[in-house]
Amino acid sequence: MNLPTNGARSVSGGLPRHTLAQGSAPAPLSVALGLRDFNFYYGKFHAIKNVSMDIFRNHVTAFIGPSGCGKSTLLRALNRMYDLYPDQRAEGQLLFHGDNLLDRSVDLLDLRARIGMVFQKPTPFPMSIYDNIAFGVRMHENLSRAEMDERVEWALSKAALWGEVKGILGRNGATLSGGQQQRLCIARGIAVKPEVLLLDEPTSALDPISTARIEELVTELKSEFTIAIVTHNMQQAARVSDYTAYMYLGELVEYGVTSQIFLKPAKKETEDYITGRFG
Amino acid sequence: MAAGEKPAGEALAGRHLARTPMAIAHARIDRLFGWLTQGIAALVLALLAGIIVSLVVSAWPSIERFGFDFLTSTEWNPPKERFGALVPAYGTLVTSIIALVIAVPVSFGIALFLTELSPVWLKRPLGTAIELLAAIPSIVYGMWGLLVFSPLFGEYAQPWLAATLGRLPLIGGLFSGPPIGIGLLCAGIILAIMIIPFIASVMRDVFELTPPLLKESAYGLGATTWEVMSGVVLPYTRAGVVGGIMLGLGRALGETMAVTFVIGNTNMLQNFSLFQSGNSITSALANEFAEASPGLHTAALIELGLILFVITLLVLAASKAMLARMARSEGAAA
Repeated sequence: MNLPTNGARSVSGGLPRHTLAQGSAPAPLSVALGLRDFNFYYGKFHAIKNVSMDIFRNHVTAFIGPSGCGKSTLLRALNRMYDLYPDQRAEGQLLFHGDNLLDRSVDLLDLRARIGMVFQKPTPFPMSIYDNIAFGVRMHENLSRAEMDERVEWALSKAALWGEVKGILGRNGATLSGGQQQRLCIARGIAVKPEVLLLDEPTSALDPISTARIEELVTELKSEFTIAIVTHNMQQAARVSDYTAYMYLGELVEYGVTSQIFLKPAKKETEDYITGRFG
Repeated sequence: MAAGEKPAGEALAGRHLARTPMAIAHARIDRLFGWLTQGIAALVLALLAGIIVSLVVSAWPSIERFGFDFLTSTEWNPPKERFGALVPAYGTLVTSIIALVIAVPVSFGIALFLTELSPVWLKRPLGTAIELLAAIPSIVYGMWGLLVFSPLFGEYAQPWLAATLGRLPLIGGLFSGPPIGIGLLCAGIILAIMIIPFIASVMRDVFELTPPLLKESAYGLGATTWEVMSGVVLPYTRAGVVGGIMLGLGRALGETMAVTFVIGNTNMLQNFSLFQSGNSITSALANEFAEASPGLHTAALIELGLILFVITLLVLAASKAMLARMARSEGAAA
């Protein structure tokens, strides 16, 4: 059921085997998240229309498209963040280890621990750097002090922040610079050891140097996590992702290996957007 | 102004603009308005100083006569002209503490429900209803407390409290004695009902100001609503929350009418039971001021007022100090 070939039904051409084999991504591919006829509504507004696609494990999938195309909405639906808002709903299937995550019976707390999220703006919690990391871990695991110390160091090291903050773990997270705060948020996200990490325009509020660090980080993290990233920056998508999905007006226009999307897009709309003739 | 350093054109333009009658008029109005606002601000300070001075002057006979003993004596005997503030000061503090102990968690629950859990259609009516509670005149609370609440409280709640909490060690003494309804505990509960709308609506407002992204970040880690509220939203909004609690505490300390109805108005302190009648500073003033003979009795009552003023000031200072300390301990290295 989770074969990549049966994904992307509404996508022209889908993801034929030969294009996947050409990609830079190493085999074998396994599916982390599968969308089938996925629809999303804000009240009466139909924001995402019949999207079917697979997001592959240990790869970076980028979502690009003009503002309002539904890319952030789609990302936020993947860990059911929309459940906080009563007039938002999703239909279709969102497959994760064979379960449909859109089922009411899914345990949201567990789901969000396994599919973590980092937002447009850094959102350090009003507490120390250490507690920012430990906050999420404490909710799901019962660690001893030593184990927690270890986990905090692990997460901060993974997020390339340990060296900068190891002496000031007791300081408030808000005292860090913007780029450090965003790496803190990434560390916080990976500290609970999720399988999937959703990044919603993680560098849109950052300077170029911080952006470069985060991008490096994304590339390093994919060996351990599946990453889905929304970005309005096409160069960023080209730099960090293995697969790229181009969305427009709530529809998935084209989805495939990043190099192919950027060099030889199958659709005229994709080409127009990528070459800057539109959007 | 170093006009010479500027480009010539700009300097000329500046000089020219400054000389127009319009600019001169504007500058005059600006200065006048500045003086006016300064004067109003100074007036507030002058009024405050005036109130303190007149309180001290009027209370002086009592201060001179009793000195520090005024604060520690439980005797309040107008015929013998012996006065002590301990009973009413104790009553004021204890009823306000009871009110806070009840009102703060209840208000937090109300604010949590209104911001996170309530269905949208219920938010506005419920929020308005809670604000309306604040609009009920305090004398109505007092009458309701005396005629409706305290008989029921004495008949059902107090015997139950005595049979449960009253049996515990340490705090048992607080819940013992005859269940007569009115008293310190009853006054504290009525005060709690009165300050809940203030604290709850301030808490709701500051909770709603929390950036959605911050809450989503916490939810995104798999936090429950409770974990988000207590772990992230409450620390984020604590300045506003403390402000709301202080607003409620200020009202509880100063509330007169409702307390007078239900506190019992006796200037005696036999033990530490919250069931017994007592007195508060404000209700002592309300009950006795009109009939007090000029001289020591009046001076003692005014000194009570001065003490209430000082208590309120200390509470305010303590809350500021607490906020400053929290901000410091957070910024400092561990």
